[in-house]
Amino acid sequence: MRDFLNEKLKTIKPSGIRKFFDIANKIPDCVSLGVGEPDFDTPWHITEEGIYSLEKGYTFYTSNTGMPELREEISKWNKRKYDLDYSKDDIIVTCGGSEAIDIALRATTNPGDEVIILQPCYVCYEPDVILAGGVAKIINLQEKNQFRLTAEELEAAITPKTKTLIMNFPNNPTGGVMEREDLEKIAEVIIKHDLLVISDEIYSELTYSNKHVSIGSLPGMKERTIIVNGFSKAYSMTGWRLGYVMGPSVIMSQMKKIHQFVIMCATTPSQYAGIEALKNGDEDIQNMREEYDQRRHYLLAEFERLGLPCFEPKGAFYLFPNISKFGMTSEEFATDLLQKEHVVVVPGTAFGDCGEGFVRISYAYSLDSLKEAIRRIEKYLKENF
Amino acid sequence: MKSKILRILEKNARITTEEIAKMIGEEETSVVAAITEMEADKVICGYGAIINWDKVTDEKVNAIIEVKVVPQRGSGFDRIANRIAKFDEVSAVYLMSGGNYDFFVEIQSKSMKEVSAFVFNKLSALDSIQSTATHFVLKKYKDNAIILDDEKVDRREMLEI
Repeated sequence: MRDFLNEKLKTIKPSGIRKFFDIANKIPDCVSLGVGEPDFDTPWHITEEGIYSLEKGYTFYTSNTGMPELREEISKWNKRKYDLDYSKDDIIVTCGGSEAIDIALRATTNPGDEVIILQPCYVCYEPDVILAGGVAKIINLQEKNQFRLTAEELEAAITPKTKTLIMNFPNNPTGGVMEREDLEKIAEVIIKHDLLVISDEIYSELTYSNKHVSIGSLPGMKERTIIVNGFSKAYSMTGWRLGYVMGPSVIMSQMKKIHQFVIMCATTPSQYAGIEALKNGDEDIQNMREEYDQRRHYLLAEFERLGLPCFEPKGAFYLFPNISKFGMTSEEFATDLLQKEHVVVVPGTAFGDCGEGFVRISYAYSLDSLKEAIRRIEKYLKENF
Repeated sequence: MKSKILRILEKNARITTEEIAKMIGEEETSVVAAITEMEADKVICGYGAIINWDKVTDEKVNAIIEVKVVPQRGSGFDRIANRIAKFDEVSAVYLMSGGNYDFFVEIQSKSMKEVSAFVFNKLSALDSIQSTATHFVLKKYKDNAIILDDEKVDRREMLEI
């Protein structure tokens, strides 16, 4: 029989840490710091709008790119929050940020185009680039730079084939952010080399020192920036699968075709809930952000007490402590901690080879869970090192 | 810093000052000083637990009484409100807008009989009380911003995200 498989698909590595999670799932008294989604319930007034839309019988497709009212609210929200100017006609409502990343890459990548990815990072970028026919080029971000991208690192990675840079700040898994002055230096290089940026800003509302700055708001960047954002992290709406992508009209009008032929439209009740979130959800974000920030402070203080080195992350809900002094690989450390003290942390290598020497700790958990985890980690470190 | 501390304590009054200090990135001594000051200023008026008495054998009856009064010369509503508030059975007294009644009085007591006795013998007997309307609580679902029978289960899957 012929080999029916897509050759490109076969080059994509399967998940390395699935087996690790499978072990964790079998341990009943596990304290997990492994999950990468908010622990808060979706605010009820938002959920209620979704339920209401179902009761009213709004169970049909919406327009392909999303309900006009929702796109209008997305446009206003991004203007209000980040001074971004995208009209509702240049917005596509997607099934979460993940679809947005995929269609943005497919709409802009030709065979052989090089796409720069910043690692450690969320796991979908490299496979999406490969499936889009591009070639992924990795920049390994440095702890000494607080996992920010520098202009020098970017310059060094650019070749005549480079077309696109994928950025994701605030960052999963490091919690790193890029401040305005960092972005300005990057924008200069981007414009000089005539590159496109796909900026995944899904954690944009979760910053703890300065307000998030979008690279798309910098002078000369709008026409070369595609912005991906969504409702999952800001409003604790992961399961609703609602995100969006915004960009220059010339790209968006083409990108619509992919979304239309693959997805048709995002889920209708989720879109109704999304309108409510954007209109009346500012206080929810503020409350959740305050609580995340309390946990972040708490963990940083405890890590310091335990002698676990960790740079101060200013965004998302992750800490990325450096465990290299214990003389184990990330995976060994995570496995050992899981087996001995039943605490789940994710090995840094799950997010790229340069995550070696680090583990990702999520603080999307109640303070009580974090306290228990700290108690166990303290015991683990005392007994083993 | 004070409002940050208050928001934490409002959710969990049993948290230690050391933990609060870590959560807001301040020294423990300044947290202790701020709390002491707020206690002295009666910003923090006390600490209690939120209890679902339905789950305990001790019988508790909750009632809400709408009270209409005649305001008094010189002291308006305050004097009579304070008199009502002093009774042990009374757990809350609010002056309300609207006009149908003046005070919204919450009662926690051991039995319906006790509540009735309180209304007949004590509350209605006060000068300047015009009328009362008593409503008994059948079941409490949410109290002090806490859904009483809400068991929080973490349903999140461990995905590679």
